[in-house]
Amino acid sequence: MPLFDGKDKSRYATFTRRTLMTGGAVGAVLGALGVRLYQLQILEGEQFRARAEQNSVSARLVAPLRGRIFDRFGVELANNRRNYRVLIIPEQALEGVEAALDTVGRIILLTDRDRARILRDVAQNKKFVPSTVAENLTWEEFARVNMHLPYLSGIQPDAGETRDYPFGDELSHVLGYVAAVSPKDEERDNDPVLELPGFRIGKRGIEKAYDAKVRGSAGVSRVEVNAYGRVIRELSRDPGSPGADVWLTIDRELQKFVVQRVGAESVACAVMDVQNGDVLALASTPGYDPNLFNVGINATQWRGLLTDDHQPLIDKSLAGLYPPGSTFKPAVALSALDAGAITPDFAVNCSGSLALGNYVFHCWKKRGHGHVDLHRGIAQSCDVYFYNVARRLGIDGIEAGAHKLGLGHFTNIEIPGERAGVIPGRAWKEATYGAPWLEGETLNAGIGQGYVLVTPLQLCTMAARVASGNEVNPRIVRVVGKEVEPRPALKRLAFADDALAAVRSGMNAVTNDPSGTAFRFRIPNPGLEMAGKTGTAQVRKISSAEHLKGVTKNENLPWKLRDHALFISYAPVSVPRYACSIVLEHGAIGHPHVEMVRDILIFAQQRDPLKLTPAYPVNAASLGGASPTRAA
Amino acid sequence: MTHSYAPSRRPPSWFEKFLRVNWGLVLLIAVIASIGCAMQYSMAGGHFYPWAAPQMERFCIGLLILMAVSLVDIRVWMTLAYPAYAISFLLLIAVEMVGHVGLGAQRWIEIGPIQIQPSELMKISLVLALARYLHGLGVEDISKPHRLLVALVMIVAPAALVLKEPNLGTATILLADGVSLLFLAGLSWWWILPSFAGLVATVPVAWHFLHDYQKRRVLTFLNPQSDALGAGWNIGQAEIAIGSGGMDGKGFVQGTQSRLNFLPEKNTDFAFSALGEEFGFMGSVALLVLFAIVMFLGMRIAMASRSQFGRLVAIGVTLNFFFYIMINAAMVMGLIPVVGIPMPLISYGGTAMLTVMFGFGLLMSVHVHRQVEIPRKPGAIL
Repeated sequence: MPLFDGKDKSRYATFTRRTLMTGGAVGAVLGALGVRLYQLQILEGEQFRARAEQNSVSARLVAPLRGRIFDRFGVELANNRRNYRVLIIPEQALEGVEAALDTVGRIILLTDRDRARILRDVAQNKKFVPSTVAENLTWEEFARVNMHLPYLSGIQPDAGETRDYPFGDELSHVLGYVAAVSPKDEERDNDPVLELPGFRIGKRGIEKAYDAKVRGSAGVSRVEVNAYGRVIRELSRDPGSPGADVWLTIDRELQKFVVQRVGAESVACAVMDVQNGDVLALASTPGYDPNLFNVGINATQWRGLLTDDHQPLIDKSLAGLYPPGSTFKPAVALSALDAGAITPDFAVNCSGSLALGNYVFHCWKKRGHGHVDLHRGIAQSCDVYFYNVARRLGIDGIEAGAHKLGLGHFTNIEIPGERAGVIPGRAWKEATYGAPWLEGETLNAGIGQGYVLVTPLQLCTMAARVASGNEVNPRIVRVVGKEVEPRPALKRLAFADDALAAVRSGMNAVTNDPSGTAFRFRIPNPGLEMAGKTGTAQVRKISSAEHLKGVTKNENLPWKLRDHALFISYAPVSVPRYACSIVLEHGAIGHPHVEMVRDILIFAQQRDPLKLTPAYPVNAASLGGASPTRAA
Repeated sequence: MTHSYAPSRRPPSWFEKFLRVNWGLVLLIAVIASIGCAMQYSMAGGHFYPWAAPQMERFCIGLLILMAVSLVDIRVWMTLAYPAYAISFLLLIAVEMVGHVGLGAQRWIEIGPIQIQPSELMKISLVLALARYLHGLGVEDISKPHRLLVALVMIVAPAALVLKEPNLGTATILLADGVSLLFLAGLSWWWILPSFAGLVATVPVAWHFLHDYQKRRVLTFLNPQSDALGAGWNIGQAEIAIGSGGMDGKGFVQGTQSRLNFLPEKNTDFAFSALGEEFGFMGSVALLVLFAIVMFLGMRIAMASRSQFGRLVAIGVTLNFFFYIMINAAMVMGLIPVVGIPMPLISYGGTAMLTVMFGFGLLMSVHVHRQVEIPRKPGAIL
């Protein structure tokens, strides 16, 4: 049998023909691929190059480190601690945000509420903006997340910094707190750093007032990222600038003592350097823990703060308005002496009340004080004496004098939220009530009642001005960053020296004369003696019928209706350095508030923070900070 | 007809065969494989591990296989054609039952330490078996319905099994291999043209038999922007990689797309886009030209063979190689939906490399034994 025949020949011919056709087809396909390459790489190359660049380089904001807040000796009142957190970037969660949360929820605890919040954040943000999944994780939790990272698409661990207030509620109203940025904040402020996940800004106190400086400015890090958003390397970094540190005039030790001494009472207390207005302690108790607002306060805690009748959310020292009561009397006396309305020898006979037209004005002492001159009038706080002084001086004189002592207007302390209070006058009454001033109202104003409303900080300022004779204003910020806050030169108070001396002598008698209203609570330590003035502010109206029957004692009233107890003082009497004011809300039973001030002023003088070298520089040249050392 | 290699003559020694090997083709394959290893080196960020070194190792093994296969007499391969087909087919059924689930598809089977991908074996076996079957048929026999039916069953049965794995890419290649062999063996145009028309008509029906992920790929392909971060991601990123290469590329080991993992499966299915990114239009076209030369040589070898079996085997493995290239390149350039087909000699992967090198070995065997004449009737092959 022949191996090959015609059949082979014909099929070989067919094969060759068809192979050549196939070869042509192969060539055409390869040509088409080449054309496609030309289209992609030459015609659209630039476009794709740009997209590749976008793909791999991403600019990220670097959160600036928030400036710290120090007390005068360099104790950190607000600082930053490591915050291990986990973020989610929705656009990188390839299986969806829900799935990513399911997975990460197996590694760290996520409650349903957490999930709801995360999903809300994600919905509000752009797809490439990270949202916080969890923060303040322990190192172990954080390490676990990092370990499982290969399975967690869209999840990004992040070691950031968060605000910490090591002393909790001790300084809540001075420092304020930081909290998450609200949509309103973002409208007001177009700093891009606000878009960083979990960024916090100052909402109250110093944190709010100095937020722009303490916040710092965001840096930009240009990083090369891979498809999962993982950073491969950093191409360039503008670190931005950390926020400025703020040095306060506060002495944390004194602040702590004040807060502990007043205990659970509802109290506003200020301690000030009479020479320059440096606020050494400023307390409004009870306070709140500012860390709660940073970490995220829960509903129960928030409701607790809101409904507490001691009002922990209100800064009573600046925003609490109280009738000064008898603590106003030194101001009236000083104004009258200065205006020449009275001399220190001016005397009246107190029978326990004073009649004016149809009205009867009562003295706190029903039986009367008898013969009262200025010294006794202040020492024993005779109301009838001051009714007479006020009548002689007139409301215009009271108004002008009170303003000179810093009452009834903003002290302009650096903490926001301050209220001005009221020193009434003819124009004020006309503007507020559309009615003319009545003489009886002058008498009420003369004993710090009626329309008069002041803040505890104003009272402290007044005490400092009386003590020093200088027009001091309270200041709580000394240094911001490297800049020493400017201090205007102190003016002498526009009161005659002998008038000041007469009032000081009366205030000295309040505590150091056996007839004084606060003699029992004097400072016995030689050289540390304090001068002061007590006061009681009525919370309720006392009718004339009640006056006849006998005024109900505070002990028999519910807490909310009891009088406020006030006290202003300065020490030492000989060379005053420390001024202190206190308002003990609804506390006018005995004199616990005077006892508090006594202890505070003893502590302050024995510690003597004004004689210690402050850690912050006194002038800009020596900036750098020394550790607190006791001056010889 | 010259009888320079008549059966009466003494068969050539191993050494003589060795000299007959088409060394130009071997060199060309080595050059392409070197480019592949270089890409693997680049995609590991300039390191031999984890990809470049094993790839080189496999290429060396592949080269040994190529040489060994090429020296074996073509008639031995013809004898082995049907058994090889039968074994491959049984393995395909086995993978259906005991197959290892990898990447969501049953593609591997483990025998001891070796992982076997029966669908890859089938690519070679199908070419061999079809070539042998068609070798016995004259031009006019092929178009007879019962003959054609046998051939079609030989093609469709394994293709269907592979499709069920599911492995759309390989099933497509098996079908393309088989159909093109029928065409080259001389199937009548009266069969070809109506079938083609019928095929187009059944596309909507076939749609229903696709897996969800396959449907999604097709839909994504038709509108890549519909899911730019999901299924469209692969295509989009591959196009960005290639396109951003421009005329002369970003340079060796400088491709941002591949190095930063924007490119999916950069070292396997999408290796060609990484090459396009780093070497640009010039580099990509140069590679296509090298491939074209390989196919030109393959076709020349096919046409020079004196046996129909040799011709069909040679053209079969050449076209198999071509289909890999065509599908992979079209896929990474966004011309067809994403299917898991590697770029031969460039993509990382052991099985594909060995299959391709085995195929080249057969091609070389045809070349070495191009003078061997084999009778059409069975029974007296050797």
